[in-house]
Amino acid sequence: MTHELPPLPYDKNALEPHISAETLEYHHDKHHATYVANLNKLIQDTQFADLPLEEIIRKAPAGGIFNNAAQVWNHTFYFNCMSPDGGGEPSGALAQAIQQAFGSFEAFKEKFAASGAGNFGSGWTWLVKNAGGQLEIVNTSNAETPLTFSRMTPLLTMDVWEHAYYIDYRNARPKYIENFFNVVNWDFVARNMG
Amino acid sequence: MSISLQRILILLLLGLAPLTSVQAQGEPGGETHPFSLPDLPYAYDALAPVIDAETMEIHHARHHQGYVDKLNAALEDLPEAREMSLEALLEHASTLPAAVRNNAGGHWNHSFFWRSMTAPGEGGAPDRDLHRALEEAFGSLEGFRDAFETAGLDRFGSGWVWLIVEEDGDLAVTTTPNQDNPRMDVADPRGTPLLGNDLWEHAYYLNYRNARGAYLQAWWEVVDWERVSRRFAEATDR
Repeated sequence: MTHELPPLPYDKNALEPHISAETLEYHHDKHHATYVANLNKLIQDTQFADLPLEEIIRKAPAGGIFNNAAQVWNHTFYFNCMSPDGGGEPSGALAQAIQQAFGSFEAFKEKFAASGAGNFGSGWTWLVKNAGGQLEIVNTSNAETPLTFSRMTPLLTMDVWEHAYYIDYRNARPKYIENFFNVVNWDFVARNMG
Repeated sequence: MSISLQRILILLLLGLAPLTSVQAQGEPGGETHPFSLPDLPYAYDALAPVIDAETMEIHHARHHQGYVDKLNAALEDLPEAREMSLEALLEHASTLPAAVRNNAGGHWNHSFFWRSMTAPGEGGAPDRDLHRALEEAFGSLEGFRDAFETAGLDRFGSGWVWLIVEEDGDLAVTTTPNQDNPRMDVADPRGTPLLGNDLWEHAYYLNYRNARGAYLQAWWEVVDWERVSRRFAEATDR
């Protein structure tokens, strides 16, 4: 089966000034699109050719197929974690779960920001629900994704590859992280709680 | 002071502080804590249009400075490691905290990187010995470039691509993740780097955006082959 690049769920300039149209143009039309194209090329005539994306991610060994499949999924998830109507604070069950795990929303933000700033190299910072139903923050490197971690549900992700912020923030990753919170789509995050 | 006396004093001082050949040529390695940011051997705009002045300034004054600062901070609470040279920190990377490994690597790699480049068109060509060795290992200079570019493209995420002299004396192209390098005990293969190119997106994103391949291709214009040839001669004791 051929994997498709999902369209961005908003206009390219919708997240300005926090994330520029130029960043989204490269991030979606070049980076994300390239992962999709590479994946389709790499799985041709392999045991992965007819598998759905998530199954490829769970079954592929370390290497090109895994990297491209996981990056397709990670980016689709990331773009959905943001919205021009985002920002603010979560409510309801998600707010309660955050309070329970981190003490307060502010404490969660601080910990998430520190995790992202400290994720050395290229990678992702995640809010996940673990097997016990508790929320936690995890960092992954390169294409690695909590989808492959046993019984872990990704709720929110932040891309900390330099391409996610270099056009807008240069080396200032903490500034990008601070502004990322202005566009977080908490409704999407809450739906991922299941 | 007479000129001859001055000369004698200078010779005495040189004798008291013998420089290794590595230090004499400005290669990183021998220095110890507290580490400091080395000056670039050229102006920020010297490598344009291959690498523009803004990229160079941010890369040197912010990224490299960050590694230096974080390395110094990480060593504050490590009295034994604090006594080690940069080279020794790399050689013991597996036993040191991640903050030391990452930032010692970042400091060494960038110091080495700046000294692998020169203004476009001024880098000359590999000398006879290096040229012959590259031909032996890769078929031709072109073959070497292809191998280096392909390896650089295939390194997923952040990292470095290297030309090294392996411990058995053979030339090889290799890559390392993040700020690791072939000097580190964690590297496989290990060896003496002759040339390294930075594959972090910060090295090329302002000029080339996502096109890492175009950056790798254009970069040959600024490689300082005279220095790379000297490194080869030194590594192989010629």
